[in-house]
Parts: sequence; C-alpha cells; structure tokens
Amino acid sequence: MLVFAASRLLRAGLTILFVMTFAFVVLRLSGDPALLIMSVDAPPEAIKAFRHAWGLDQPIWDQYVSYIGHAMVGDFGKSMRDGRSAIQLVLERVPATLAITLPALALKLGIGIPAGIYAALHRNSFADRLTMAVSVAGFTMPSFVLALLLVLVFSVNLGWLPASGADSATNAILPIVTLGAAGAAIMARFTRSAMLEVLGQPYIRAASAKGVAWHRVILRHALPNAAIPTVTIIGFMIGSVVAGAVVVESVFAWPGIGRLLVSAVANRDLAVVQALLMVIAASMVMANFTVDMAYGWLDPRVRRTMVRS
Amino acid sequence: MTDLLEANELTRHYQVRSGRGPFAGKATLRAVDGVSLRIERGRTLGLVGESGCGKSTTGKLVLGLIEPTAGTVRYAGAGMPPINTAAWRTLRRHLQMVYQDPLGALDRRLPIGVQIMEPLAIHGTATPDERGERARTIMDAVGLQAHHFDRYPHELSGGQRQRVVLARALITEPDLLVCDEPISALDVSIQAQVVNLLLDLQDRLGVAYLFISHDLKVVRQVCHDVAVMYLGRIVEQGDAGHLFAEPAHPYTRALVSAIPVPVSKGSPRRERLLLSGDPPSPIDIPLGCAFHTRCPFSTAQCRAETPVLRPHGDGRLVACHRVDEPALRTAA
Amino acid sequence: MALHDTFPTAASSVSSRTTIVRRLRRWPLGVLFAGSWLTLMVVIALGADLLLPYSITAFDLKARLAPPLLFGGTFAHPLGTDELGRDVTSRLMMSIRMSLLIALFGTLIATTLGTLLGFLAAHFRRYVETLILMAIDFQASMPFMIIALAVLAFFGNSLPLFIGLMGFHSWERYARIARGLTLAANEQGYAAAVRQLGAGPGRIYGLHILPNIASTLIVSMTLTFPEIILLESGLSFLGLGVQPPLTSLGNMVGYGREYITRASWIMLAPATVIVLTTLSISLLGDWLRDKLDPTLR
Repeated sequence: MLVFAASRLLRAGLTILFVMTFAFVVLRLSGDPALLIMSVDAPPEAIKAFRHAWGLDQPIWDQYVSYIGHAMVGDFGKSMRDGRSAIQLVLERVPATLAITLPALALKLGIGIPAGIYAALHRNSFADRLTMAVSVAGFTMPSFVLALLLVLVFSVNLGWLPASGADSATNAILPIVTLGAAGAAIMARFTRSAMLEVLGQPYIRAASAKGVAWHRVILRHALPNAAIPTVTIIGFMIGSVVAGAVVVESVFAWPGIGRLLVSAVANRDLAVVQALLMVIAASMVMANFTVDMAYGWLDPRVRRTMVRS
Repeated sequence: MTDLLEANELTRHYQVRSGRGPFAGKATLRAVDGVSLRIERGRTLGLVGESGCGKSTTGKLVLGLIEPTAGTVRYAGAGMPPINTAAWRTLRRHLQMVYQDPLGALDRRLPIGVQIMEPLAIHGTATPDERGERARTIMDAVGLQAHHFDRYPHELSGGQRQRVVLARALITEPDLLVCDEPISALDVSIQAQVVNLLLDLQDRLGVAYLFISHDLKVVRQVCHDVAVMYLGRIVEQGDAGHLFAEPAHPYTRALVSAIPVPVSKGSPRRERLLLSGDPPSPIDIPLGCAFHTRCPFSTAQCRAETPVLRPHGDGRLVACHRVDEPALRTAA
Repeated sequence: MALHDTFPTAASSVSSRTTIVRRLRRWPLGVLFAGSWLTLMVVIALGADLLLPYSITAFDLKARLAPPLLFGGTFAHPLGTDELGRDVTSRLMMSIRMSLLIALFGTLIATTLGTLLGFLAAHFRRYVETLILMAIDFQASMPFMIIALAVLAFFGNSLPLFIGLMGFHSWERYARIARGLTLAANEQGYAAAVRQLGAGPGRIYGLHILPNIASTLIVSMTLTFPEIILLESGLSFLGLGVQPPLTSLGNMVGYGREYITRASWIMLAPATVIVLTTLSISLLGDWLRDKLDPTLR
C-alpha cells in the first residue's frame, strides 16, 4: 500500500511539473514576455531592465530552472493590474469559490447518487425515464444558459433571489443550484449505469438465490462494487472544486477564482494566469491523489497489481 | 538434402521486474535458452513441451518475428534480415505462420476471399485477375467451397476459419510453415480433418512444417522429427516414431507415459512415470539440469552441471547425464 | 403451435411487425426529432448567405429591441431585434454557421490528431509511447476550459488559433481508443497476422486497423462535437471566444445578457438553439452507439 501511495505521489508531482512546464513553454512561444507584460512602446532601457530583472537574458535552460524554482515557492510575480503579489491574489479568492463549489458538490452527490441508484433499481419505470430525461438536459445545457434561465425566472420574474454580487448568503443560492444541477444530472446518469452494470453480474443473482434479503444484496454487494467506477467521476468533481465554476462565477459576478481567471485572461495579466494554473493544478492533483488512495482502499484488485512507474 | 532453415543457439531473454513497485529488483526471464534446430525441405519438425516452455517464442524466433538476444537463424543459407525491413517483408513469401486462434488472426471486416488474396496483393506477384483464380484454387486445395469466398470470418465455423488461415498462408507457395498449436482450439473431429489436410498439402506442395504443439498424439502422427523442450532448452530430439516408441530423456518418458492408450487384456503393462512438483518459473531456472527438481533420477551431478545435447545413437540427441545408464531403463 | 402452422403468413407478418415496432420504440420520437433538427441546422449553416433576411451588421435604430413574432412583434423581424436594431434571425443564422463550423473543424482536428498520436504510441512504444501517455494524462487531468483559457491568455485571440485550440479538446479520448485497439490488434490479432504476411505499416494501419476502429471513433465524435459547441459558446459568452464583428451562439447569449430584463429574446433564441443542437447530437450518438456496438462485438 505504501508503494502504491508513493508512486501516486510521484505521479502527482510530475503532473504539476508538467503543467508548469507547459505554462513556461506556452509563455515563451507566445512572444517576448517582456513585450507582452510591458507595453510595446515602453522605452528600450525599461524593457532591458525588465529582462534582466526577470532573467530573460539567461540561456533558456537556466530560465526554466529558475522559473520552476520560483513556481515551487509560489512566486509568480506581481499582477499587472494592481501590482499585488499574484499568488496572494489567487489564494485570497479560493475561499469564495469553495463557498459555492462545496455546497454544489454536496448537492451533486446528495441528489445525483440516490437518484441514479433509484433509477437503476426501478429500471424502465416512470421515475427512471423521468430521471434520464431530466439528466440529459443536465449535460446538454451549458451552465451559462441554465444560470441565465434561473436568473430570468427567480430574479427577474419572481424577484425572489438576487441576480449577482456576493453581499449575502442568498446571493449564493443561484450559483450553487446552477453548479449543482448539471453535476447532479451527470452523477445520476453515471451512477445508474454503474449500478445497472453491477446488477447484471452473476454474483448478484447468486447472492439473491442464496436467500439474502434484497436490500442486503444491494447494500453489501451491489453498492460497493458500483462505487468503484463512480469514485473516478467523483474524483474529477472534487478536483474541479477549485476550477469548475469559471462560467458560473462570471454570470453571477461572484468574486471567486473563476472570475479572476476570466478577467486575467481578458487583461492578459500573465502573472496571475500562471499563479492560477499552479493553484488549480495543485488542487486537482491533490484531489486525484486522494481519490486514487480511496480507489486503492475500495478495490482490492488495485492494491495487488504491479505498479508501473 | 540441404537444410531449409538452420537455427543456432537461439536465445531470447526478457528483462522483467520481480516484485511490485518502482523499486523492485530486475530479473531475467529466459524464454528460450540456446535452442538449435534444423528443418529440411518438405519435412516436418515437431516442437513439444508444456505451456511456457518456450515453444511459441522459438517459432517466432525462427520466422524472424522477434529478434534473438543471441544466436542466429539462417534461411536457405542466408541470415535473417531484421524485422520490418523491406528484405524481411519480401522473405515472407517463403515463410509463413498458422495460429492457434484463427478468428483473431483474421480481419472481421473483410470477406475471407479478399484476405486469402491479400498476400498476393502485398507482394505484387500476380495480376488482379490472376489473384482471384489462385485464391479459388487454393481454397479448393484446403477444402473450402467457392461460395465461401464472400463470407466473413464470423460466419464460418472454427475448422473452416483455420482452413482460411491455411489458404492465406499457402497462397504464395512458401517453403516453410510454422504451425503454432493450429488445432488446439478445434473440436476433436475437426482436428482429424485439419491434420489430414496438413499431411495432404505437404505431399502436394512439398512445404516444410515446424509443428508446435503440446498434444503428443497429433505430433506423433504428423511429424518426421520431434524436439522436446523444457524451460527454454531442447532436452531430446530425434525421429518421431523412434522417440515415442523408446523415449530416452526422463522428461520425454514422463510425457509419453501420460499419453492415454486403451488397455486391453494381455497388452504389456506400460511404463507410468509421474513427475513431482510444479514446473519452475522461467524467471528462476534451476542451476544445473533445469529438470532436476522434478526428475526421479536426479543426482548431485544433475544439480551442479547443465547437460548438453549428445548423440544417443540412431540420430537421437539427448541432454541428460544419466541417459546411458541401463539401470534407469526399467525404473517406473 | 398448431395455430402457427395453420396461419404461417399472418403470424410471421404480425411478429415481424411487432419486432420493428419494438425496435422503433427505443427511440421513436427522439431520433426522428434529433435528425430533423440537425438537418435544419445544417441547411441553415450551409445556406446562411442565401437565407439571411438582413445583413448581420445592419442597424435599424428605429426598431431597437423589437420583440419577436408572437410577443407583439412583426413579420419584419420574426425573432425580434437587439439593442442596435440588428435582426436576431439573421444573426442567429450566421451564429449557427459559425458555431457548427468551429465544432466541425475542432472535432476533425481532435480526431485526426488523437488517432495519429494513438497509432504512433502503439507502433513505436517505449519512449514515444511514454511521452504520449504523459500528454494524455496531463490533458485528462485538467479541465480543458482552464487549459483553453491559459492558452488564450498567452496567445491572444484569432479565429484560426481558436479553432486550433478547440481541436485540442478531447484528442486524448481518440488517442486512448486508437492506442488500445491497435495494441490489441498487434498483440495477438489480425494486425500481427497481416504484418507476418509481409504488409508494410501503411497497409496495416490504413486498410486494416483504421476500418476496424472507425465506428468506435465515430461514436466518440458524437460526444466531442457537442462538447466543443458548449466549450466554444462558454468562451464566447465570456467574451474570450469568437470576437465581433463575427458572431456565434455563445456570443449572442453574452450580448443578450445585459438585456435579460427588457429583451430576453436576444438571449433566449441562441440559448435554445444551443440546447436543442447538443441534445440532438447526444441522442443521435446514443442511438448510433447502440446500433454499432452489437455488430462490433
């Protein structure tokens, strides 16, 4: 188990390295960073000073090493817009994002999973068909459309909920529902198909033929086995807890990471974009790692297989 | 008669990890460990042994499908070109293979007639019209009917599919056909038909076979010469009839004694040699004679010294330290 | 039993009819609806130039924010006008063309790139394969929206770049499929057999492997296509995708957002098109997968 954990950690670290390398490469490819970050008509001495300060006159390998070194400690420079430390700007916004994504995650799992299980157990019933129909709407509707529709109904027409801003808790309701609804739909669909796959297995039939009560068959045999593939999806959702609200935050003017990313991209505030990439990659990687560990604990087969490094 | 194919000290080792995780130790899997064979034109050499003894790997080495770690393969006097070069591909006209799973070896989307003609298209040996003609001729020779030409592999029975694979392999009139367990996946009644077909084709076309199998009854019927493999090495080799009548190596004796034969009243009591233990893993081949862990006659010399193939009279080669001792002949 | 013998034709025709009905009942309305909607979309996309009642940039400040037909509007502007008096119908048609075009090219790029890389990984193995697998892992581990945003931040925005970027969405899906199926074919399968016959790589990949994996790839394409539509509309909605004067569905929703209280039709028309189109392709994809899989296995 320890070997498994170690190899997964190594993989996590490599992914973060890869992301940062990607950022470095793309940054260098997209043009002279000095010209990008300072404006084109800055005086040549200022550009030269900038280059020197940032080590851009060094050979590319040295630049890369120093870049990674800075990234490891979270130093991405200052935001172009307000001169504050990029990483600080990013980290400040994380709680706001988590304030909507975590409740949304609870919604996704709390509604999606039971709905999926119920649909699987009562296959082809009305409830099943309804769940499937609604869930299809969940992943064909873009989040911004759902968001705007909810705003149209609940803010504009009914006036119950505020449409934007982050003044009070009621402001959070619509963003949470928007995020949660789409995820719940996907979760329901996926849980249903995982359950159906497991229910079709011979060992389920054997258990019930042995005389085990049906609810125990579900609880002790079907659910744990269906949980295994489901955990992968849940893992991705957990990983997206920091990064998954980009559009929704923009629609609701919610001051989280997503909104920061959009404005940083629009303003080409590259320091902030890089800091964001790092934070998002780190959070996804940590979530994946936790999920991998859970996977290893859930599925005895995984623990025993040879680990490829 | 000149040798068609000569293999010398063929060796194939694989580097594997012997444990779990990225820090596990390395070990060597010795799939084939110094095998030398000669196949003559128009004759059949059988290669027998347990699963995992390296028969299939030897077959692939002989065809040049995998590179040997050491040793050489010479076809018609010339060395085998490296795999996937143009020279290697041209050589495929003369060297072909038949597989254990005929369904897996065929493309499920193409009619079998097209697949039979494919070698001609690949080597550009006939005009498009001629190809159809030759395909039908060879189909007839293997016992397929003309209307099968447009059928798909999954529409045919197992025996018919194996005939398709044979037809495809023989259409370029190769000199050597490596048959890797060609009948293990077929029903027993079909096995007999395919075996007869192979013998018939050898008479008509003069093709040589390397017949790889773990089924001794069939090997006895089909092969002129037989080589017995154990853990990557040949332990005994010789004329098929003589070898099965009077096996010399203890392993061969155990194999032959295991062949079921109906007993009738008055027939002489056959030797029954039972082996103890499980076959060792090819990663962990015992020192000395690889068979000593299961041999009822093993001695200290067997544990220490690896026997080499030595002549045992009458064209037989045996790798055993104690094979010449007459006292062992009647131990059972 | 005897009844069947006495009336063979009636029984068989009834049973064949019920089989067809049973088969159709799986997606009777769904697939028909999806098919007709998509045909409409394609017709509009192809013939937008001919069908446009107005130019997309033609203002008519006197007819600003005119409501659509059944809500107090006129036939002159069946779907209403926006804040500059531009006809919503015309803009919608051009947007459909733009969004479908981007999704189409993006899907084709992703499929070609992914399949090629999958083949390379399976063919060369070792370092090439490890590198490609790492790239696949990387792509699969980050939400593509983030990667897309980062690239847009660094490179700015231009239409060819944007389409290329869309082409990087979900290429890893095709690479995984191509690599997996090729490895299986190579190990013990038909690809190994044909190679042993002396075929060169071109023949093996072109004539044998590709036709065999085509249906799996096509089903994946029906997943990628709507995903790109959603991705592109999301980015355009945020103002980071298709830039004016070009218009796309997401773009229109973005503009319409400000007028959600006064003129919600500006936003609803493109939003409805997005939802119906992605829904149709998903339905079609599901149906296609059901149809292709049994014969494939």
